[in-house]
Amino acid sequence: MLLIPCPFCGLREESEFTYGGPCRDLPAPDGQADAAAWSRALHMGQNPRGPLRELWYHTSGCEAWIEVTRDTDTHEFIQGSQT
Amino acid sequence: MGYSAFSILGHALTANKHWQAAVGTPQMRTSYDAVIIGGGGHGLATAYYLAQQHGITNVAVLEAGWIGGGNTARNTTIVRSDYLLNSSFRLKDFALGLWADLSRDLNFNLMYEPRGYVDLAHSDGELEHFTLRANAMRLGGADAQILTGDALQERVPELDMASPKRFPIAGALVQEAGGVVRHDAVAWGFARKASQAGIHVFQNCPGTGIKVRDGKLQAIETPKGRIACDKALISVAGASTQVAALAGLELPLNSINVQAFVTEPVKPALDTVVNYNAGYSYVSQTSKGEFVLGGATDGYSSFARRGSFERIEDVLARALQMFPFLSRLRLMRHWSGTADIPMDGNAILGPTPVEGLMINAGWGYAGFKATPAIGHQMAELLATGQMPELLQPFAYERFALGAEQDDAGAGPYPWLH
Repeated sequence: MLLIPCPFCGLREESEFTYGGPCRDLPAPDGQADAAAWSRALHMGQNPRGPLRELWYHTSGCEAWIEVTRDTDTHEFIQGSQT
Repeated sequence: MGYSAFSILGHALTANKHWQAAVGTPQMRTSYDAVIIGGGGHGLATAYYLAQQHGITNVAVLEAGWIGGGNTARNTTIVRSDYLLNSSFRLKDFALGLWADLSRDLNFNLMYEPRGYVDLAHSDGELEHFTLRANAMRLGGADAQILTGDALQERVPELDMASPKRFPIAGALVQEAGGVVRHDAVAWGFARKASQAGIHVFQNCPGTGIKVRDGKLQAIETPKGRIACDKALISVAGASTQVAALAGLELPLNSINVQAFVTEPVKPALDTVVNYNAGYSYVSQTSKGEFVLGGATDGYSSFARRGSFERIEDVLARALQMFPFLSRLRLMRHWSGTADIPMDGNAILGPTPVEGLMINAGWGYAGFKATPAIGHQMAELLATGQMPELLQPFAYERFALGAEQDDAGAGPYPWLH
């Protein structure tokens, strides 16, 4: 069971959250990025074995989207913040 | 020498001192016609079919751990082909056809038991969707039935359909050709036959580097030395991201933990494989008597191979909804594996942007059932250089082209597939 550091509610159990997946750095929606850049941003480079920046939604809590950095190898939370 | 009742008797007379190792300890050559990184079921099946179908035996298989120690021996042993999309269905149904004769071909008892696979639906809407899937399977030439009420109760007498439930049982899709195969025997059987054909299988020998020059594959580095080759296949399940990165390749997938567990062994009680669809709980009983249970992924990125109690509780709660008598059993063993789940939930197969380097990755928690089909088709790709028709829908480029093969219709969110 993960204990997720919510910036509003403190350490809360995983069962209260919905996973939002790794943070995606999407290109600015200004029509300048080509299809390849969009495809890359949507699909690639989100699977490190180690620290991963990811989103969780505190469904059964404060209902905020939070951003945390978690080590995918050890499940250790490195930092948490509000998005 | 082949395995038979006579060989067991013969060896018994000499106190079992002269059995040959199933997989030898070969000397590594400086070059091979093809190198397969990953000695799991898929990689070893590819090696076997390269020898058996194409006569290519100058092949090395590199396994980082030991044969039968990876995801091939971490699944819940279920084989079936009840998929909606034609591309997914055809590949898995081809595999289902191959499982039937494989024990004889390999001279190794894989304990293939087509006991039937029963997929439970919990609402009329879900049952309608299952009917769509069953019809798609029938159009593809497979057998599928929709059972409801008494007919379903008769098919699975142990199933508790009477007591009130949060997710009542509306009916089921039944594929009688589905069943179970002893998973570690699959790895051993393929490894032994490939070895006998002259293919070199190296255990405790990971691929540690992939040398590429001008976009072409040059060599594979290993702790035992450098292997020059112009063809290689990456077939490493949960380590695909790291191994592909050795060649500078990125893969569109997330690695997620999947758990399974077995109870203590009891007398035979359940002769089929049943899945609870409201959140997944797969239940079957081994020939030895243990109940094997598995469910959905843990639902977030992880390489830990260490499960969360959250999912164990989920899977067991659902199993008890189907079979309340399981509450009396204790869990004996529990394990996890890393499942690589792509952005559309389906595998990534075939050539990569590096010439000569092929990939077989992203099987998620669906790879075991496809083992012989993938071996067969990947061997054809390596031998002829032509992408077999069955593999074409799963090409690496499909993500950039918008040609995803999304069975679940869940979108680019691997943790939902």
